Amino acid sequence: MLNQFLLLGAVLFCIGVYGVIARKNTVLVLMSIELILNAVNINLLAFGAARGDVTGAVFALFIIAVAAAEVGVGLAMVLIIYRNRASVDLDEVDSMKG
Amino acid sequence: MATVLENAWIIPLIPAASFFLILFFGKRLPRKGSELGIAAVGLAFVLALVVNVQWFDHVDDAEHQSESEEHAALVDDGGWFAEAPNTAVAYGPDESAAVAQDEGEGEHGEEAAGTHFEVEPIEKSWTWFQNGGVDIDVGMLLDGPAVMMLFVVTLVSLLVHVYSTDYVAGDRRYTHFFAFLSLFTASMLGLIMAPTTLQLIVSWELVGLCSFVLIGHWWEEKANSDAALKAFITNRVGDVGLIVGVVTLFWAAGGTFDILEINSLALSGGINQTALLVASCCLVAAVMSKSGQFILHTWLPDAMAGPTPVSALIHAATMVVAGIYMVGRMYGVFFQGLNIGTSSVNLLAVVGGVTVLGGAGLAFVQDDIKKVLAYSTVSQLGYMVMALGIGAWTAAFFHLFTHAFFKACLFLGSGSVSHAVHSFDMRKDMGGLRKWMPHTYRTFIIATAALIGIFPFAGFWSKDEILAGASQLGGEGNYTAFMIVGIVGAVMTAAYMTRVIYLTFFGEFRGHGQPHESGPRITVPLWILAVLGVTAGFVNIPSALAPGTVELRFEHFYEPKGAYFPVENFTHPEFSLGIALGATLIGVVGISAAYLWFWRGLGPHGVTQRNRVAHAGYTTLVNKYYFDHLYTDIITGTVKGPVARAVYWVNQNVIDGVVDGAGRLSTALGRFVYDRIDQQVVDGAINSSATAANNSGQVFRQLTSGKVQQYGALLFGAAAVFAGAIILFV
Repeated sequence: MLNQFLLLGAVLFCIGVYGVIARKNTVLVLMSIELILNAVNINLLAFGAARGDVTGAVFALFIIAVAAAEVGVGLAMVLIIYRNRASVDLDEVDSMKG
Repeated sequence: MATVLENAWIIPLIPAASFFLILFFGKRLPRKGSELGIAAVGLAFVLALVVNVQWFDHVDDAEHQSESEEHAALVDDGGWFAEAPNTAVAYGPDESAAVAQDEGEGEHGEEAAGTHFEVEPIEKSWTWFQNGGVDIDVGMLLDGPAVMMLFVVTLVSLLVHVYSTDYVAGDRRYTHFFAFLSLFTASMLGLIMAPTTLQLIVSWELVGLCSFVLIGHWWEEKANSDAALKAFITNRVGDVGLIVGVVTLFWAAGGTFDILEINSLALSGGINQTALLVASCCLVAAVMSKSGQFILHTWLPDAMAGPTPVSALIHAATMVVAGIYMVGRMYGVFFQGLNIGTSSVNLLAVVGGVTVLGGAGLAFVQDDIKKVLAYSTVSQLGYMVMALGIGAWTAAFFHLFTHAFFKACLFLGSGSVSHAVHSFDMRKDMGGLRKWMPHTYRTFIIATAALIGIFPFAGFWSKDEILAGASQLGGEGNYTAFMIVGIVGAVMTAAYMTRVIYLTFFGEFRGHGQPHESGPRITVPLWILAVLGVTAGFVNIPSALAPGTVELRFEHFYEPKGAYFPVENFTHPEFSLGIALGATLIGVVGISAAYLWFWRGLGPHGVTQRNRVAHAGYTTLVNKYYFDHLYTDIITGTVKGPVARAVYWVNQNVIDGVVDGAGRLSTALGRFVYDRIDQQVVDGAINSSATAANNSGQVFRQLTSGKVQQYGALLFGAAAVFAGAIILFV
């Protein structure tokens, strides 16, 4: 069973990474970040269940809470970017260019 | 008790401090610094007196101790003797023999106690610096001669200071004069107390420096600055001898500069005889230059260019005796090195003997009163060196002691005369001065009597002791030649001093204006020295003429007694009535001859003009045996041309060549450095590093696109690579 869970986590992680790197829409990037976090959560839960230990589950709960806060901050930033530029296209946000 | 004795090292520091104080603050003081000098030297004199008194106690203590030890030994013998009768019952015949032997030992012991006991010298030293494991010490070494010299130097210096306040009053370098008098006193005291040969050299040179400065005090006149240079350079010649001698002794004695140690080693045979001979000969050269012995005496008469108090202090009473003192101090070295005391005719005695006659001869033809006295000093120093050479140590130092007083008196007297007539020329500007200058006249007569050696003046006793030494030491009749030299010297001394008195104080006044007696600051020192000139001889009155408590006090207190001073073959001459009478008679003969010649006009006057031989002799004397010609014209003259040309050639070709070559080389080097190193290496390195930075910046610039996703891709790519690496390798 563990392998299937880990495989699921890996697939979700890869999808998330692809979304973060490839999508242009900022909201979708945020959602992909959520996917990465949840892939990690699945891993934690899977290992926790396999070892009969609750620590993995507790850790996952913490991550969910932190992720919620993070999404809140992220969405707020997206809103501000949209208000300033009337766009959420990430290619246009390059003020960190060296 | 004896605290001053143990801390006598302070004495030289007082005038040394006064030198600096006078130099820095002298001009602001009301009396222009002279009060500082007088105070310092006065204090030094008082301390020297205390040191002398305590030294006498020290010597007496040592004597009593040695006597009581001897006494204790005798008491022990008595105890043994008291037990003897008990054993005598059994060994009757042996007993009397044992007693006889015992008595013999007792007598022998008593005799030994009477002749020598040891007096510990007072030593104190600090390490100045260390070099190559050798401690270079400074400090003090007080023994008999040092204590005696402390007294002489500080006393004469004090009187000269007082005298100078009048004599050089109003001089433009009055303050400097006193500063250097102080420094001179300090260096001479340092020399006296030197426990090591190195301190001896340093003080010796300082003394020479002061002499140079003071001879050239009125350097605006070329003659004076020439005289100063001559004194300095002639002394350099001897100083080379001093340094070579000291270094030879240093190595020969196993790496020590300590005078006591060197002397003890030399006497106990711890130093190679050849090394001692070489060192002694080198040191004799130093004595010849410093103490004005033939053939390096030429500077001393010229040194009369300095102010008269300087002549009195430096060139009669104290500095010139530094050479004598050095010989006396290193007497162990000379005693062994030159085989003194074994009837050898050695370098020291010969140099002294030649100087006695040579100096006295030159004194006859001088018209400058100070030059006569200077040659007289040369001659008297010759007596001292001769006495040291024949082993009469005590006689030499006793003569040094008495000579310091009456010669200082004579010089100060000549200064007083010249103060009155503003000249030193006896023929042109003096004559008949006894009427105007009674004090100067009387003191001068007394000092002259002392110098000639008339009974009972000081010179009589000391000269007599030297003559007695020449007749008695070194075996029967071995030093007769030196005794004859001494007697001839005494006749000559009597004659030329009578000539000086005739030309200066008798006849008609030949100068200008009205001469006058000098003030009390000049006459009082004259009288003090004159009184000493009368009385100083009694401190070593021979035992034949005095009760036991006052006989030979000088010998008793001032002669070193210890392992560093010769005992073997070292004897004292006995007083000899014949020699004493003979010496006095000879002095009277000299005086009478000069009296008849000058006062009565008897004798072959004008013989130097008529007779060819006499004329040649006279010319030789006037030209000072042509020594100055030898040095200035022949040696310097022949050497300086080729040397100058050689130096010029070296300058043009070698030195200029080196400089030009260095210049050319540095130009070429500079160009090469600019072209190759600066332009290519340095600039190239800087330019290429800048280019590299620019290029790498261009590359990295591409990475910082500002696009978050690209950064993310890099992040994940890198993470993937690391993850792969971990999986593969861990």
